[in-house]
Amino acid sequence: MNPELSSLDLPMIFAALMGISILAYVVLDGYDLGVGMLMPAATPDEQNLMVASIGPFWDANETWLVLGIGLLLVAFPKAHGVVLGELYLPVAVMLIGLMFRGVAFEFRMKALGWHAELWNWLFWFGSFVASLAQGFMLGRYITGFEPGIGYWLFAFIVGGSVCGGYVLLGATWLVLRTEGELQKKAYAWAKWGLLWVALGVALVSIATPLASATVYDKWFDFPRTFGLMILPAASLAAGIWVWRSLRPGAADWKPFAGTVAIYVLAFLGLAYSIFPYVVVDRMTIWDAASHDSALTFMLWGAAIVLPCIAGYTVFSYRVFRGKVREALYK
Amino acid sequence: MDAAEALLLARTQFGLNIAFHILFPSLTIALAWFLVYFRVRYERSRDTAWLVTYRLWVKVFALSFAMGVVSGIVMSFQFGTNWPGYMNTVGNIAGPLLAYEILTAFFLEATFLGVMLFGMNRVPGWLHVLSTVVVAVGTSLSAFWILALNSWMHTPVGHVVVDGHLIAGDWLQVIFNPSFPYRFTHMMLASGLTASFVICGLSAWRLLRAPGDDSAMKTLRVGVLVAAVLAPLQIFVGDLHGLNTLEHQPAKIAAIEGIWKTEKGAPLVLFAVPNEKERRNDYAIEIPKGAALVLKHDADAELKGLDEFEPDRPPVAPLFYGFRLMVGIGVGMLLLAWFGAWRLRRGGALPRALLWTFAAFTFSGWIATLSGWIVTEVGRQPWLVTGILRTKDAVGHISGAELGASLTGYVLTYSLMLGAYLVVLTHMAGKGAEQQEALK
Repeated sequence: MNPELSSLDLPMIFAALMGISILAYVVLDGYDLGVGMLMPAATPDEQNLMVASIGPFWDANETWLVLGIGLLLVAFPKAHGVVLGELYLPVAVMLIGLMFRGVAFEFRMKALGWHAELWNWLFWFGSFVASLAQGFMLGRYITGFEPGIGYWLFAFIVGGSVCGGYVLLGATWLVLRTEGELQKKAYAWAKWGLLWVALGVALVSIATPLASATVYDKWFDFPRTFGLMILPAASLAAGIWVWRSLRPGAADWKPFAGTVAIYVLAFLGLAYSIFPYVVVDRMTIWDAASHDSALTFMLWGAAIVLPCIAGYTVFSYRVFRGKVREALYK
Repeated sequence: MDAAEALLLARTQFGLNIAFHILFPSLTIALAWFLVYFRVRYERSRDTAWLVTYRLWVKVFALSFAMGVVSGIVMSFQFGTNWPGYMNTVGNIAGPLLAYEILTAFFLEATFLGVMLFGMNRVPGWLHVLSTVVVAVGTSLSAFWILALNSWMHTPVGHVVVDGHLIAGDWLQVIFNPSFPYRFTHMMLASGLTASFVICGLSAWRLLRAPGDDSAMKTLRVGVLVAAVLAPLQIFVGDLHGLNTLEHQPAKIAAIEGIWKTEKGAPLVLFAVPNEKERRNDYAIEIPKGAALVLKHDADAELKGLDEFEPDRPPVAPLFYGFRLMVGIGVGMLLLAWFGAWRLRRGGALPRALLWTFAAFTFSGWIATLSGWIVTEVGRQPWLVTGILRTKDAVGHISGAELGASLTGYVLTYSLMLGAYLVVLTHMAGKGAEQQEALK
């Protein structure tokens, strides 16, 4: 093994990599799932434009989920067993949702008659089910999979909030990528999404410390609490900024950028709440980590390949920049 | 619920998922390279027939690729949920190989797929050709990593054991383990044949509906010629793969050949009904000394029978029948491809009976590939990793109710997806001729 690398805190590095992958997944697939959930609110022509705005990207976006789960599996195998064992059914529900949504991209355009209608509906339904399941899993995860009806209710509230969060991402993405009538609708959708997110974030912020003593101790430890208040304050500021940018005339990129900022801040808050656990109250990242030899071998790959992935992702977004004006397949 | 039932459910669920999944990569790995060829032909000739071909097959590719991606995501979860003992024991080997597949292949193919599918009018021609090439490289790289891991599970080398866990001693040995070169080549050729016959089948279908379709004729020609070259090559490589298996996993070969007892000059069993209870073959049709000749190139050589490996041996029936189905289809492919190539050389319109035969063979590659995978994977049992980890020791503690509920969900989902896939494919093939008219 490489002597210089062995002195690194490899579990820490991989926890960071896994966190970045999951954040990238949530933001990237979040906007395309959000667009999917908004489909019923649009006309058939608008639906085609909406799908066209995410068509070239959804596949790569979902790959971040595979990387995030892959890193959990390969870097923290013990935690993977516990977490996905606890979340077995919601995971299955999410996967079935993602499957329908993924193939519906193709089928809704290639099938005929009522088949096309069915896939259009499954596109929406799959997006919704996958989003709800993801939020539900987050809710179960942060409360350490505690049994009891209250905890399940909490998980459903988080599920609903994540749906709202994805709708906000999807709507602000459409503000960026569309124009005219559809863009006007997107402004309205984004405002609803933002209100929904505000409510969800408020509920989750109040409920999480109550549901979890570990999280409570982390946040209510004066005087550190005052320093930590930067996170909610910054989130509030970003939310207001997004709200004020949701009007014709403001730069089209602002609502989406502001929303991404909210996600990054929420993610930092969540990471702070959980660290150093990978399974809350049960297992730290060091308890769960793979052998150093495996982590070192993967670190080489990640260090070389991740910058390349970033590079060609930027290339792809540059190729498809600008407003969408036509459906994917004519 | 007892442990045996949990094991059976976990295996059924994983087996169903992996069998559904492999249908699509086995088509797209090689189809990506066909796309490169179609795309380059169009770039050079500007002949709209090639453009029609490219546009049709890029859609087939997109559809198949999406099916592969979504079922592959399910697998990335099931590795851990259904087989926690697997990651616990060999995770330090399997994990990095899977991580390399994600990092080097999945992102590459997913990102450039977007450019390939939707970017034709947005990037210069050369860059679009390059994107098509990159997608093909990505799919092949993905096959490389996953087959390295799968082969290592069959013939594990290059590892050391520390506190009951395996860690890699030499990564090059782990990756290039003894069965990897054979398995990888065998799978790449299988993909080549699967894609060729799907191409031949759908093109024949187009020609049956519109006999003068220039684009369909050009595409059929490519498919037939590639199949005519790959089919004999595959039989040759398959034989080498078998000899490699005889060296490393003799019990698998004994089950394939239906050799119950060690004997000298064992016969080649063409067909029989293996009788697990009595440990013999009923109604056997045999060629005397055939197995010894094929496997040892010596009529009187000794071949080990299943009795040598009791109780650690695979069940005979799935291997015995699966192998014969695979070889039978392989021979059928060879004959059809050669006959087709000969008819094409002679010139003139192809007889409708031949076109119908190609149409009937559209998914022959799927059946052969699935049979082959069943032979090799069931043939590894009772081991998950040969000599290191038993399948029953790797199963998790997911409840039967949860497994049953999710299994039902997956079965319904897959049935709907596969049905829709076949309907849409047939429909797209029928539309080819109209598209060509529209372009003219």
